[in-house]
Amino acid sequence: MYKSDNLEDISLRIRGELVKISNQANTPHLGSSLSCVDILVAAYWGALNVDPNKPDSPARDRLIFSKGHAATTLYLALNMKGFISDETLDTYATSGGILPEHPVYKSAPGIEATSGSLGHGLPLGLGVAVSARIQKIDYRVYVVMSDGECNEGSVWEAAMLAPAQNLDNLAVIVDANQWQATGRSKDITGTSSLKEKFEAFGWSSCDIDGHDVNALAKVLQKVPDGSGKPVAVIAHTIKGKGISFMEDDNNWHYRIPNEEEVKKALKEMGLT
Amino acid sequence: MRAAFADEIETLAAEDKRIVLLSGDIGNRMFDTFKEKSPDNFYNCGVAEANMTGMAAGMALCGLRPVTYTITAFNTARVLEQIRLDVCYQNLPVIIVGVGGGLSYASLNATHHALEDIAFLRVLPNMTVICPGDAWEVRAALRAALQMNGPVYIRMAKKNEPIVHSSLPDFSIGKGLIVKEGTDICFLNAGSLLPVAIDAADILHEKGISVQVVSMHTVKPLDENLLHDVFSRFSHIFTLEEHSILGGFGGSVAEWLSDQKGLQASLSRIGTQDKFMTEAGEQDYARELFGISKEQIAERVLKKL
Repeated sequence: MYKSDNLEDISLRIRGELVKISNQANTPHLGSSLSCVDILVAAYWGALNVDPNKPDSPARDRLIFSKGHAATTLYLALNMKGFISDETLDTYATSGGILPEHPVYKSAPGIEATSGSLGHGLPLGLGVAVSARIQKIDYRVYVVMSDGECNEGSVWEAAMLAPAQNLDNLAVIVDANQWQATGRSKDITGTSSLKEKFEAFGWSSCDIDGHDVNALAKVLQKVPDGSGKPVAVIAHTIKGKGISFMEDDNNWHYRIPNEEEVKKALKEMGLT
Repeated sequence: MRAAFADEIETLAAEDKRIVLLSGDIGNRMFDTFKEKSPDNFYNCGVAEANMTGMAAGMALCGLRPVTYTITAFNTARVLEQIRLDVCYQNLPVIIVGVGGGLSYASLNATHHALEDIAFLRVLPNMTVICPGDAWEVRAALRAALQMNGPVYIRMAKKNEPIVHSSLPDFSIGKGLIVKEGTDICFLNAGSLLPVAIDAADILHEKGISVQVVSMHTVKPLDENLLHDVFSRFSHIFTLEEHSILGGFGGSVAEWLSDQKGLQASLSRIGTQDKFMTEAGEQDYARELFGISKEQIAERVLKKL
């Protein structure tokens, strides 16, 4: 567990660990993991009602991490928040280890759902949000998706139903880093705004700087936001955020930093 | 079968508030009483089966007992990944109910046929596959499925099928039911073809062949004890299903048999051929086209003996 009230400091530390882990475990998706750090820090430290001592409490807020390829960010956040032990974290991506490269439901406390194939988190989150109403329990559901993930049709099936059910306890946070695996998102599915798309589907939606962790926390706290609608937060982010030679360079979707690059990155972040 | 399902789930949901019915915009009026009695536990998810299946898994994550309901083809093949990952990988108690299994919707063309669904779903880890043979078995299967703590697929026919049992049978998942005693050969039937299997057995009876008919309503897990017994007692075993002979119930019995030692009985798989139907025609016509009418089944058996 890492104690701090400074969200920026927590984000910085997670970024440092991400770079090290990618090198040590030889696992890719570093760029995508770096882009969603502030989203998870804002959620876990700034908004979610969760308690690592009661990870299964029926009244807890849920975070469903749908962009499973960035699992290391989730694991590190849950580790620093006190859900996942250091021992468990050490098994990441090892043979027989507890934590694979994409999250598996119930593999460790705090992991609310399995992900890896994109477009599954929002329907799952919708089901969890509806359950709160059926079971008359007051909690909120946050689904973290990527912008590339919004290519999947199942996202829009869920996007249609959630406002029709007036599920104002459901929020989606899109990590909009403008890249997907092999190209610019806008070159693949066009330039129209995600905010406008969600609004057209009946959501309450806003654009926000996805690296202003304090501003993000404020927005995430305000779920429900009073509109009676589900909330879509389009967090504009930078792939590879925090390390100058990785920022907005899509090679780091798959590339793994060597030791030299790890040192350089840590030095740049002031973590050595 | 669908009316029995609607009636049974209505009763069960009134007793157990964890039961939630999710419909893919189908069952017009059929669930009116359900909605009246349990308004908070019914969701018309629209024509969006992928979301419906994921949503059901999300409900199961919270301790509810969701049941998804739509046309078999759309509740299986269309959402196979949601079933595989959201439901089976997470091992959640979601019940997937397909209406119109096999050739029930024959006249609507192969978009609405379900002749490969058993093959798709039975290979998924954690999944239980039930193919009720009549409306009573539908009721019993639903009750039993709700006692399970994992994914269950219930493959129904549609409406007005002949009734085989006279009351709720003594039903356990994974235990075949003998519906007709016989001494010469054995029919193992999975699902909607059960009345046809019985008719075919009657035709054979007139020709002096005594057929035992078993309702093998559970395709997964297979009733291995029963299989051992019938493969030891009879010289010829026939599997019957309104499903492709590739990968379905017959395929699963063939897999089982290939791993056994010392069983001498022959196995023949009766089901639909490896083809799509492109012409018009109702279910009886379609069954003939695929060679699974009662007369064709009897004829096939006579040739084999």
